[in-house]
Amino acid sequence: MTDTAIVSFPASGCDVSSVTLERGQRQVFCGLAGIVWLHRKIQDAFFLVVGSRTCAHLLQSAAGVMIFAEPRFATAILQERDLAGMADCNQELDRVAAEILERRPDIKTLFLVGSCPSEVIKLDLAKAAERLSAAYRGRVRVLDYSASGLEATFTQGEDTCLLSLVPELPPLADDERSLLVLGTLPDVVEDQFTRMFAELGIGSVHFLPPRQSTAFPPVGRGTSLLLAQPFLGETARALQKRGATLLTAPFPFGVEGTLGWLQAATDAWEIPVARLHEVTAPAVARAQRGIARQREILVGKRITFLPDSQLELPIARFLSRECGMELVEVATPFLERQLMAPELALLPTGLRLTEGQDLERQLDRLRADRPDLTVCGLGLANPLESEGLRTKWSIELVFTPVHGFDQAADLAELFARPLVRSSLLRV
Amino acid sequence: MQLTLWSYEGPPHIGAMRIAVSMDGVHLVLHAPQGDTYADLLFTMIERRGQRPPVSYTSFQARELGSDTAALVKNTIQAAVDRFAPRVVLIGESCTAELIQDQPGALAQGMGLPIPVLSLELPAYTRKENWGANETFYQLVRGLLKSRVPTPGTERDLRKGGARPLANLLGPTALGFRCRDDVLEVTQLLESLGVGVNIVAPLGATPEDLLRLPEADFNVCLYPDIADQACHWLERMFGQPTVKTVPIGIGATHDFIAEVGRIAGIDVIAIRDPISARMPWYSRSVDSTYLTGKRVFIFGDATHAVAAARIASEELGFTIVGLGTYAREFAREVREAAKRYDVEPLITDDYLEVEARVADAHPELVLGTQMERHIAKRLGVPCAVISAPAHIQDFPARYAPQMGFEGANVIFDTWVHPLMMGLEEHLITMFREDFEFHDGATASHLGGGVKAGAVSLEPALASSDMAVQPDATLMTWTPEAEQELKKIPFFVRGKARRNTERFAQERGILTITVETLYDAKAHVGR
Repeated sequence: MTDTAIVSFPASGCDVSSVTLERGQRQVFCGLAGIVWLHRKIQDAFFLVVGSRTCAHLLQSAAGVMIFAEPRFATAILQERDLAGMADCNQELDRVAAEILERRPDIKTLFLVGSCPSEVIKLDLAKAAERLSAAYRGRVRVLDYSASGLEATFTQGEDTCLLSLVPELPPLADDERSLLVLGTLPDVVEDQFTRMFAELGIGSVHFLPPRQSTAFPPVGRGTSLLLAQPFLGETARALQKRGATLLTAPFPFGVEGTLGWLQAATDAWEIPVARLHEVTAPAVARAQRGIARQREILVGKRITFLPDSQLELPIARFLSRECGMELVEVATPFLERQLMAPELALLPTGLRLTEGQDLERQLDRLRADRPDLTVCGLGLANPLESEGLRTKWSIELVFTPVHGFDQAADLAELFARPLVRSSLLRV
Repeated sequence: MQLTLWSYEGPPHIGAMRIAVSMDGVHLVLHAPQGDTYADLLFTMIERRGQRPPVSYTSFQARELGSDTAALVKNTIQAAVDRFAPRVVLIGESCTAELIQDQPGALAQGMGLPIPVLSLELPAYTRKENWGANETFYQLVRGLLKSRVPTPGTERDLRKGGARPLANLLGPTALGFRCRDDVLEVTQLLESLGVGVNIVAPLGATPEDLLRLPEADFNVCLYPDIADQACHWLERMFGQPTVKTVPIGIGATHDFIAEVGRIAGIDVIAIRDPISARMPWYSRSVDSTYLTGKRVFIFGDATHAVAAARIASEELGFTIVGLGTYAREFAREVREAAKRYDVEPLITDDYLEVEARVADAHPELVLGTQMERHIAKRLGVPCAVISAPAHIQDFPARYAPQMGFEGANVIFDTWVHPLMMGLEEHLITMFREDFEFHDGATASHLGGGVKAGAVSLEPALASSDMAVQPDATLMTWTPEAEQELKKIPFFVRGKARRNTERFAQERGILTITVETLYDAKAHVGR
């Protein structure tokens, strides 16, 4: 757990020359946490985790403290008799699935979600999904993916989930063109982007995941793929295998990121840059006005990112370039070098970039650096606050609308708020 | 496999964490995959602790499974011991590590560490959180004290020179329901009896404190869910008697004082309730008349559920319509209590089953956990929380014990405030068709909270109505009778409908009129 190595960065034209690799204790959720937003986004899907009491407990605790809407997720908790072979896991799974589908007749897609224990006992959920799909044909589609912490770090759970959808997507006719936006976006942001693409003359536009699992977007040779989230590398590769062309772009955070992201689409549609600027000018102006107010608070402040949501690089780029913050350390659970190339190119030279985590050593550095703001998970926030460090919960970045022009100021405000609060309090 | 939407307890290693977090100088090393660190937030967010839990995780990943996970375990233990310098290290594993059988406990024992190493067996597929906490605390007490057990027949050498009696308070933990304030309240109560507190454990204790447990005259088993094994062992090995009454409620507090008096050999006859014990008078006050016979459904951990049942019945004059627990280990206590109050005990950790039983019982107040709070919200019924699993709201900033005389005051306020005040309830019954003053309205002092509640209750009632309706096709209600039925408070309306239909069926009445409704009401009574 102490093997730290300096790896030279591939010569991709970016100015980040070295990344520190760390391994050790990781303070981060497993992929199951993605269910918390995915089950809200895909409104007719149900997520059945096949796992342990720990998985159920994690899901219940992950969304901050405890969420209590009617859940479209549940856990089939493995018990001693399942492990000892006294119960046939497949029969048990069929029984549990029947129970859920009887309770929720509105469900159109059932995800069987693998966990650490189901992976270790090699429970074949793919086969189970196939069997259940046949049993419920015409009514419910049953898919499987793994959100196990052995494989998936936090937001990667969305990647493995969406990957399981790729074979289900209908083919796009060979003579058609389509833009496919990949990654969960809040509905309000999705609608903003839909309007903007329409105004730019880009069509047809689809989103994955869709709001209804019956409205799967088509994919084929005419598909241009634009990533709205940086943690979807496997799904992106699978879509490329089905003919889609991956557009290279920064991620749509802040004015610069959103503009670059949209331009990747307008370039692909051969729309002149002037037209892009004409269409986006009012939104850009609004965003810049909003950011300017937050920039006054953020400029010159030092920030460290602990590795967590995988959004660290694009958001660090936004805070550094548009809000004037100084990046002390940016750590990310894993570095997708290809997807991150446009972001790396925009990050400052000599940035201290860390891939992976060895928690205690990282906290040692943090205490030595004492940045003005630390982005971290929920488990660490209060202990760091009590050491006098101001923190921002990383999980808010996946639960809050932060993409696009009209959310850029909100994104900046998320980081300004802890600083404002600390200057207000006299207790 | 057990289908679970919400769970009352976490896995047993969470129980072990609660013990480690409660104490000073104890560190827990968990062999667990990436993701299991989520458990830290239970302590730092729900309880708002300002320190990280003293827990190190191996965070193993798939790529390590084929290789040397034993080295990973040993490195993690060594690093934790070097960095945190604990005086005792606990070794445990989470559910996934249990499957790969690395035996981290045996690995740790072989490392020759200079401090006591305690390996925990936490069977994740059969046991749960409270069991894990109970077992960990017992193993810790036993592990530290077993070499000091006096030989059988040794006279206990206590209270030299007429010193006052000393008690240990055992069972309060991190993430426990109101433990922080209960400890304070019970300490003050014992002080008022002339009993000193020797050690409180595990909350706030060090390993050295545990070594001093035998110095007390007796143990108070404050939370049997956590401490009954340890108390039992101390009783057998060190001859320390156990005070078993949990002082929640006025009656139980009096019983507790009597039991302490008996065990400590002090005269408590002259002890009077403190002037601050307002609950008995508040309950006798005329404005509380409206509390009489309120139908209450109780569910929680066994200790708090049984205590709540006694308070509800003897101290507030409620009618108990349901009593249950998720703690199977303490099912017997709840079954016995249920017998006293003539209700069917509900022993389950299936949230859906609890929900169905609550809906079926048509309570006017639910006393439960955060889960039942959610159930009650959906059903539009007032609710007060009486038990863990803990929620951030269960750690109030103010002093809010459940135990002792102040605890009874807190309970009175907490349970009574969600209810509609007496006169307000009368007005609603009298002017049932007032557009603002209707069934769905909550108590006026609670603001506009639960408007949707009554709506969501209707389908639940409708479906349970169907089930009992013997011959729905033949029996009809006149529109006037239907109209009259709506004037009955919504929480008993389903029952009134069923009773009326049963009454009609028994008499061969096919058309239910307003007369039939009132005939049935007179026949059944309330």
